[in-house]
Amino acid sequence: MPDYDVIVVGGGMVGVSIAFGLARQGQRTALFDEGDIAFRAARGNFGLVWVQGKGSQCPEYASWTRRSAELWKEFDQDIRAQSRIDTGYIATGGLHFCLNEQDFERRDQMLSRMVDDSHNQFQYQMLGRAALIDRVPLIGSKVLGASFCPQDGHVNPLGLLHALHLGFQAQGGVLRIEKVQNLSCSDSVFKVTSSSSVLTAHKVVLAAGLANKNLAPKLGLNIPVFPQRGQILVTEKIKPFLNYPTSLVRQTKEGGVLLGDSHEDVGFNDGTSIQVMHDIAHHARSMFPFLDRARVVRAWGALRIMSADGLPIYDQSEQYPGAFSASTHSGVTLAAAHSLDFSRFVVEGKLPSHLDKFSEKRFHVH
Amino acid sequence: MSEPYDLIIIGAGPAGMAAADISSRHDCRVLILDEQSSPGGQLFRSIEAFENRQRPELGDTYRDGLRLTKAFRNTDVEYISQATVWLVSSELEVGFSKNGQARIVTAKQIIIATGAQERPFPVSGWTLPGVMTIGAAQVLLKESEIAIEDAVFAGTGPLFYLALHQYLAAGISIKAIIDLTPASNYLRALPHIFKAIPGLPKILEGWQWKREIVKSGVPYFSGVTDIRIIGRDAVTGIEYLKGSEWQLLTCENVLLHQGVVPNVNISMAAGCASSWNKRQACWTIDVDEWFRSSIADIAVVGDGAAIGGGAAAELNGRIAALAALEQLDKISPRERDSQAKPYKAALKSELSNRPFLDTLFRPVDHFRIPQQPETIVCRCEEISVGQIRDVVESGCAGPNQLKSYSRCGMGPCQGRLCGLTVSELIAGIMDKPVSDVGYYRLRSPIKPLLLGELANLDLPSES
Amino acid sequence: MFIKLSTPEVETVSLNFEGKVIQARQHLSVAAALLESGISHFRDTPVSHSARSPFCMMGVCFDCLLIIDGLPNQQSCMTQVREGMVIQRQSGEADLLNDHAGQNGAHHE
Repeated sequence: MPDYDVIVVGGGMVGVSIAFGLARQGQRTALFDEGDIAFRAARGNFGLVWVQGKGSQCPEYASWTRRSAELWKEFDQDIRAQSRIDTGYIATGGLHFCLNEQDFERRDQMLSRMVDDSHNQFQYQMLGRAALIDRVPLIGSKVLGASFCPQDGHVNPLGLLHALHLGFQAQGGVLRIEKVQNLSCSDSVFKVTSSSSVLTAHKVVLAAGLANKNLAPKLGLNIPVFPQRGQILVTEKIKPFLNYPTSLVRQTKEGGVLLGDSHEDVGFNDGTSIQVMHDIAHHARSMFPFLDRARVVRAWGALRIMSADGLPIYDQSEQYPGAFSASTHSGVTLAAAHSLDFSRFVVEGKLPSHLDKFSEKRFHVH
Repeated sequence: MSEPYDLIIIGAGPAGMAAADISSRHDCRVLILDEQSSPGGQLFRSIEAFENRQRPELGDTYRDGLRLTKAFRNTDVEYISQATVWLVSSELEVGFSKNGQARIVTAKQIIIATGAQERPFPVSGWTLPGVMTIGAAQVLLKESEIAIEDAVFAGTGPLFYLALHQYLAAGISIKAIIDLTPASNYLRALPHIFKAIPGLPKILEGWQWKREIVKSGVPYFSGVTDIRIIGRDAVTGIEYLKGSEWQLLTCENVLLHQGVVPNVNISMAAGCASSWNKRQACWTIDVDEWFRSSIADIAVVGDGAAIGGGAAAELNGRIAALAALEQLDKISPRERDSQAKPYKAALKSELSNRPFLDTLFRPVDHFRIPQQPETIVCRCEEISVGQIRDVVESGCAGPNQLKSYSRCGMGPCQGRLCGLTVSELIAGIMDKPVSDVGYYRLRSPIKPLLLGELANLDLPSES
Repeated sequence: MFIKLSTPEVETVSLNFEGKVIQARQHLSVAAALLESGISHFRDTPVSHSARSPFCMMGVCFDCLLIIDGLPNQQSCMTQVREGMVIQRQSGEADLLNDHAGQNGAHHE
């Protein structure tokens, strides 16, 4: 009799969301989390629960994202109750600023296409300057307008991670802070070996972010993910001035302002670079000139879990059914779908057809 | 961005000034950056201001700093004062701000000489207005000739005794002295006294200060096992536990001290490897005999690498500068070795009393690692021992995860006043060695700078 | 009680702290000058609005933060006094919108 029903490898946003969902369904679940100085994409997150623009080239991704956004409120209430932690989630709707006419036009067209592709499930509004100033009084003169999507929101990603971990354990989940070194399967029982334990389970979910790539072959899976760095600047706490999350500027509940971002191909380097810090600062001040006088107190780089087309990778091993994988850079937005839907798919032992698009088979050259 | 310097020195304390002195003797383009308005670091703070005045109360060691400061002023290094360094990267970029303007400079060699800071002393009430460190009292005394009358001094360590000696010499009234050096430390330190013989004069001097303090007539309490500072919006007194009874001393000011530790923020943010020093109970930067860190072409010297005192810091600076000159092909390896030889010998002698002093003045566990749940650990974000315990016990991997779950360490001081406490607290709760627990991941900017300064930075068009 | 040791006379400058005029010796840091004049409440923390005053005097603790000439969260122990300087308590988080700086001209956009 295996030790657990499911073992989840990876205690980041994706792993713990799935693990929480499993525990919620009464599955005996163990979660392996590597340790304090791991790459930890989950700690580098901006905190957006974001729908607009996601999957503009892939309607299946757009609808999976929308599904998660719809589930978010229920998901949030549940984790708050389980963990007694305030995740800070609000769905005020979100803004994406446009700095010139061309941007504005292109964005309008792109989002309009998404409305069609979604059969009007997706909603948005283009705001001209006057309408924008109404919602964001301090917006700089260089910002022409913005796209607004009422389904967007934001959350404290660190609070969310903490809440999920506590909620998982409150539901009987077992957390092991150990690095997984090996995985194998024999007679439909999976064996997971870490630095200090060996556990068995009926099923395994690989949700270890960048580490998924090397763990995958052990269970007959292929997960071609690679790192893409994003850098963020954080200011000191300032009096509240921004009531909406935006794609590149977000004020937290405590008052600090997060400023992003970058997309860099620098390998496994999660440091910061002065050029990018400068570029982010420059861009931020053109959106909010008064922020010139805000002090930058922190900066960090984090490695996104990226795939060649930017879409998630979800699979079940054909060689070893019961071994699942989940990889995406949108762990916060998809936390609800991961927790409520994906965990259910794992229990049922089958990934539904609407996730077929995300199988790694799409990368095979035929 | 200008041409790379040959050498950039960060910090104009004894180590930095000595490095400048040595490097300037050769054809070398040197830049030295310091946060204060005049050289001297903390040890020789404001020394130039009092060159022509007698400040006998400050003692001979302080006065001796004039020699080094004068030598420093006689060099032709480029010296930028009031420069706040916020970046040192492993690519040898240095970012600093002065007068609201940020600049990036680069060098072929960097010597980080950022000195020490006081060890955090988290006791109940330590955040109240009226509580300061002994170092703060020293700054006020040296720089502004301000004394704090009728304060209660509580602590241990060489600087504790030095400060009291200076106050007594200046005739400043002291309310009381609570000496927190445990009696058992004397016994533990004794075996090290034999190694310490070259440094005996300093030890004897300290011993004399102690005797003078005990005999001064100022109320002196030893054998105290705990303290707590009381007051609501400001200090109204300090309670101390001797035996089983708490006693109260009313006062408006409490001066705390339990030793100094390396100020590691710049070095760690640059990526320099560090180790937990068990005897000193702090992180020290890993350096070789030439003070080279784990990052190529970056050396870390003085108290900023490991606590050794001012004289040792000066020797560190000279040795590291010689090594840098050799790397820059300004001197041959042979010249470097022969010039460094006397400094290395002097350094060995200078450090001989370290084991004795470190053991004698090792702060007791519960003053380094507070146990009362309400005691504040992170002053910036106001996170208590109890809150930290809750997070760690509910499954937290280490200081960085603690930081992300609780905000502990996320404030402007960037862990300078809570980091050591947190690492040791977590080690105790998780029953792991501190070296396994680790420390906060530090990154630039290691001091805040305005967003506008960052946006206005003059960088080459391609990076 | 913060007292000045008997020292030779030096030039002083006038500072404005919360509307009150204070004379300070010109080489002092703002923190030292205020402590000397008996000020012990420098700021209220953003988290719980607790009163704080300087702790380390060397730029490490960030407890001595004040609004100086309109710029919030300045480390007063690292800032030298200047004639006519306007100083206010830093109460809670930085307020970048009420431009005190505009009134004093010590500000760049």
